[in-house]
Amino acid sequence: MNLLDVEDLWVRFPTSSGVFDAVRGISFSLGRERLGIVGESGSGKSMTGRAILQLIRPPGRIEAKRIDLQGKPLLNASDKEMRAVRGSRISMVMQDPKFSLNPVMTVGDQIIEAYRLHNKASRRDARARAIEMLEAVSIRNPERVLRAYPHEVSGGMGQRIMIAMMMIPNPQILIADEPTSALDVSVQGQVLGIMNQLVQDRGMGLIFISHDLNLVAEFCDRVLIMYAGRIVEVCEADKLHEAKHPYTQGLLNSLPRLDEPKDRLEALVRDPEWRQQPSVSGLL
Amino acid sequence: MKSLSVRNLNVWFGEGPDRVDAVKAASFDVASGGSFGLVGESGSGKSTILRAITGLVPTWSGDIEIDGDHVLPKRGRAFYKMLQMVFQDPYASLHPRHSVDQVLSETLQLHGFKDIDTRVNRLLDDVGLGAAFRFRYPHQLSGGQRQRVAIARALAPEPEILLLDEPTSALDVSVQAEILNLLSDLRTEHKLTFVMVSHDLSVVGHMCDNVAVMRDGEVVEVLGIEKMRRMEPDNAYTKHLLDVSLNYASS
Repeated sequence: MNLLDVEDLWVRFPTSSGVFDAVRGISFSLGRERLGIVGESGSGKSMTGRAILQLIRPPGRIEAKRIDLQGKPLLNASDKEMRAVRGSRISMVMQDPKFSLNPVMTVGDQIIEAYRLHNKASRRDARARAIEMLEAVSIRNPERVLRAYPHEVSGGMGQRIMIAMMMIPNPQILIADEPTSALDVSVQGQVLGIMNQLVQDRGMGLIFISHDLNLVAEFCDRVLIMYAGRIVEVCEADKLHEAKHPYTQGLLNSLPRLDEPKDRLEALVRDPEWRQQPSVSGLL
Repeated sequence: MKSLSVRNLNVWFGEGPDRVDAVKAASFDVASGGSFGLVGESGSGKSTILRAITGLVPTWSGDIEIDGDHVLPKRGRAFYKMLQMVFQDPYASLHPRHSVDQVLSETLQLHGFKDIDTRVNRLLDDVGLGAAFRFRYPHQLSGGQRQRVAIARALAPEPEILLLDEPTSALDVSVQAEILNLLSDLRTEHKLTFVMVSHDLSVVGHMCDNVAVMRDGEVVEVLGIEKMRRMEPDNAYTKHLLDVSLNYASS
């Protein structure tokens, strides 16, 4: 059974000039795999991730034929039911650790709080578990980091702390929304390595949202390419460089490459036709 | 065209036990009309060097020379007419309540230009926006369009050296290609000297002739772009940086 099935998902925002559709009827499934979602800003990739967890605030609306978590419908779940899903079954790592950690709580207190929300445990046990998790994401000095405030840790460490916090309840699905965009290349490698290992060791499903095509091509198993709220192409990640859709090709060609210098980069020419094309299904 | 030379540049923040040496004895030369890149991880001091050159950091020591002339701690109008900077985030570097027209005409006025009206239009044409954008506010522009306005503002005093601090890192790859093409065109057209900071080695590889690799405030290696493309740096850290940026999976 697939971990997650999403069919005909729409995210709509009413505005003064009519309803704006951020996501327009996309369908996809997630197995025990690393699924990449790529696209430019405004293509609806982050909205897709948020819609799964129903993190779209009114007046924004989520509509779908179905959003099933292991066969059980998530759509129209009550707030109380959703709270039981968020964190413990589906977790999310946001882009910038600076904004997702509480600046006036120590890292330790935040992890312990998150753990005790999901498990009946004493503070001492929670603390021991927090140290264990920080070690799992290769933080060398977990005791010190537990006492630190978020501004005292670097961006890479902050993101690893976020991942540690998300992993504690042992979720089945992790949604990572541009988890490494705020990080340096060398730290990026470490964070990806950690996520990869967690996915493999625990048989988790990962939805990896990114604008970095090369990164997704190397890191993921399957990729959805989004444009203007629709999926324009679905392909195996290692075949991304042979992608057929002109939008995907355009994105790939617009990247400068160290090994193939050229005088001018190819700017992407957008075809209005792409907006109208039906969404490609990413269902398994 | 002007050349830029930096010798033994030190930049520090704080005093006593809190002192942080952000840049330690950095030296490099940018040939007149050249394009020079500074790469390194965050916190390596690459942006701080640009800020020290423009005078945004008061605590620096060493020699900065433009065409052989020493840059004094107090920089005059003539300095800013010659050297301008484009900042990383176009969402933060434009005043949200100033229209494009205000941003550009204020800059032109400060530099003593008289024919402001024609110049504003010409600047907008130069950066590929056109006069239609003149009375818009930043929130009515996309990220790429904002960065074009920021570039137009930097070009307003007709500078000869442009400092670029991660000019495309806040933009999508497709928009990045447009902005990088624009910058290359402007460089040939206006005979500019570029100093560009980026953490993306392929962007620097595309834009620059020479690159300085920085780590912990020190320049560990200055190398030509050909050498970098052939993956034959002399320094082990440069090699490491090249490896991780070309290959995420193996790192």
